[in-house]
Amino acid sequence: MTVARKSGLLHLSVLVALIGLFFMLPPYHSGNLARIMVLAIYAMGFNILFGYTGLLSLGHAMFFAAGMYGFGLAINLGGFPLLPAFLIGMLSAAGLAAITGFLALRTTGVAFMIVTLMFAQTAYLVILYFGAYTRGDEGFVIQTAKRSVMGIDLTTDSARYATALILFGLCFVALARLVQSPFGRTLVAIRENEERARMLGYDTGAHKLKAMILSGLISGVAGAAYAMLFGYVGATFATVQYSIFPLLWVLLGGAGTTIGPLLGVFFMFYLIDFSSSLTTAYMLIAGIVLVVLTMFAPQGLMGEMRKRVFTWLP
Amino acid sequence: MLATLEGAVIASVLVLTAMGLSIVFGVMRVVNVAHGEFYMLGAVLAWYVSSVLGVNAVVGFVAALVLAPLLVGLIAAAADRLILKHLKYDPDRTIVATIGLLYIIQQTTLMTFGPDARPVAPPFNQRLALPWFEWGENGLEMFWPWGLSITSYKLFVIAAAAVVLLSLWVLITRTKLGLIMRATQQDSETALAFGIPVGRVYSVVFGLGAGLAALGAVLVVPIQQAHYLMGADPLLLSFIVVIIGGLGSLPGTVVAALLIGMSDGIISVFFSPTLAKIIATFLVAMVLVWRPQGLFGRAVT
Amino acid sequence: MNILETHNLTKTYGGVHANSDIDFALPQGKITALIGPNGAGKSTFVGMLSGRIPATNGQVVFDGRDISALPAHQRIQLGIAYTFQITSIFPRLTVLENVAIAARRRFASNPVQLKTRIATALGKVGLLERAEEIAGDQSYGHQRLLEIAMGLVQDPRVFILDEPTQGLAEAEISAFITLIKSLAGETTILLIEHNMNVVMGAADWITVLDQGRILASGTPEDISANTAVQAAYLGKTDA
Repeated sequence: MTVARKSGLLHLSVLVALIGLFFMLPPYHSGNLARIMVLAIYAMGFNILFGYTGLLSLGHAMFFAAGMYGFGLAINLGGFPLLPAFLIGMLSAAGLAAITGFLALRTTGVAFMIVTLMFAQTAYLVILYFGAYTRGDEGFVIQTAKRSVMGIDLTTDSARYATALILFGLCFVALARLVQSPFGRTLVAIRENEERARMLGYDTGAHKLKAMILSGLISGVAGAAYAMLFGYVGATFATVQYSIFPLLWVLLGGAGTTIGPLLGVFFMFYLIDFSSSLTTAYMLIAGIVLVVLTMFAPQGLMGEMRKRVFTWLP
Repeated sequence: MLATLEGAVIASVLVLTAMGLSIVFGVMRVVNVAHGEFYMLGAVLAWYVSSVLGVNAVVGFVAALVLAPLLVGLIAAAADRLILKHLKYDPDRTIVATIGLLYIIQQTTLMTFGPDARPVAPPFNQRLALPWFEWGENGLEMFWPWGLSITSYKLFVIAAAAVVLLSLWVLITRTKLGLIMRATQQDSETALAFGIPVGRVYSVVFGLGAGLAALGAVLVVPIQQAHYLMGADPLLLSFIVVIIGGLGSLPGTVVAALLIGMSDGIISVFFSPTLAKIIATFLVAMVLVWRPQGLFGRAVT
Repeated sequence: MNILETHNLTKTYGGVHANSDIDFALPQGKITALIGPNGAGKSTFVGMLSGRIPATNGQVVFDGRDISALPAHQRIQLGIAYTFQITSIFPRLTVLENVAIAARRRFASNPVQLKTRIATALGKVGLLERAEEIAGDQSYGHQRLLEIAMGLVQDPRVFILDEPTQGLAEAEISAFITLIKSLAGETTILLIEHNMNVVMGAADWITVLDQGRILASGTPEDISANTAVQAAYLGKTDA
């Protein structure tokens, strides 16, 4: 079996398993899984930049929030129908990523991390400042009546799960193909040795900017999807914490792997779900996981698997 | 005028905290994201020490002033030994690890001391009125307007910060430890070859950096209450200071802290605090974009 | 006919002249060697040719076109390939993927052609049977050969090699001489080299750089007979 066939089969079986799980799981867990899939889209968006291009942004919450607020404000204040509002959410995130990328990509390494962190902090404060529209920390709810498309009510368990799965599946397959494409392989080349890639005639600056925009766009899809499926928009999603989460998920699942983000979100979600029943300080678990991962398994779950079992993994 | 004095108090605390971050970055090339949590830990421990010792505000405060930074420094040094050393001080991985450390410290504090804000009584707190000068009919006149006043404790904070800064300067330029630190900063491999225990120097520096943050926090708790989430603002402000001052440049850090501390006081009088923060954060990001070496730093070739 | 020329090319680092007013010409289809003692400014010079190092002053003309203002990647897109003095590969990827990255920029649209080109390039340097191995695990000599393959596969018009034989075994060196001689004609080669056996065995034309200036240019026979060159270079390093 060729590498392409094998990886195609692997991705297909992940999607089939997700379909199957809906019929097997009780509503509580299928609701969780819908949330996990949406957050996994966010993690995949982050992974394009961090895992494949080697750029560590500490400000991705601004793209998630841009998608979320773009969508939420377009519906609640702009009175747009669902699908155009979703598009507005996506475009807001991509536009913000383009501007951020244009500025932040002038820096590298630690400076890039801090610049993205600061841009995201600025975005968060802007949300608070325009509290009259955004309702600040408290956030706002998108009414159930507005959350339907072509007569399908997206608030029912099955419609929510199906929508999350479709969006996740689209991004999942698209990104799996992308990272195998010449563009994706060039991003990996930039991650591995940017100067060499440049001296092979690749415009590394343009590639990094494209990766940033794509990464922001996918994060925005996740933000808009979250608002659409769970009906809540709030400034919490723009805090530093939500910039750290995707890093945590991707590190846990395996940076630069297609399945890692889903796996990372899945494990982290249930770890926190489990630990928050024990203590209110559930973020302690997140902290310990981060430290332990950087010390002992910098490749993450799928990364270690790739090293030992599936060397062909995309 | 009042805004300037209030600004000087903010600047004094900030200069200590930022100096801690700057020393750690300068010597170890480590960006310590958990720095704000060491600050918070200093504040919470100050409350704990002074409330355990109880009765006398002065005794409690002095004990806190000595014990809290010491404890925080030890915790930080232990974290360096246990975690950062094993990451070989790789810049990217240490950032991720200190983010983890941030949550560990913050949440452990929450579990141990609870979510309430804790006040610490200042050791002394007289109100002092301040004179105001104005051109009147008889030339320069002096007023004692109502409301223009500062407490003696706030003046003490400014003085204390100045003393600590001076001692730090003496420590770095005049002592053997300072010489060793500077040698390690220049070139850690050569320093190692000359028999300097670089590993131990790093632990001391990391502890010292955290201790400075804690010291700043102890000074601030009589003005602001101690709370497990209080570390975020000092972290952000310290970053701003260190970036504007030039990464790792100590004189730059002092100048920038004064600048930011004073302007923070001034800006927030005229604008809403949120807008002031938006402007400050955005400007700092832009400084990093166009001048990564900081406003006062020299270009690295 | 010169495919590449420089006029008054100059680089100063904080007042120190690394290269001063270099007028250089690279004859098309030939193998030209650039030699000179350590610190003569050879790497600075080729860095300015490829665009890695911005020139302080002067022009670079490629195929009749002034490319002085072009960034490095655009110069390479015009057909200038460059190998680094210090081996620079993608260490965590396979040997095959390393060459594939180099080849894809031009030949991605035709997968069949891409595949044969990669195989040919790997075959020429003798790394075909190691294609699936991780590049970083290869010996130093094999990594150098890999880097040459990454240049070859781009099918460049000008191929700049910065000390390609450094660290190669004797047998590998003679294979390398045969290889670049087979390329000459279609490809113009600029070779920076310390090993005089390689220079004398392969080069059609030699330019000697000393203290940031061109000391002499000529055929290998001219250069070995040149007393100034002997004084500045041959006498010192090959003693």
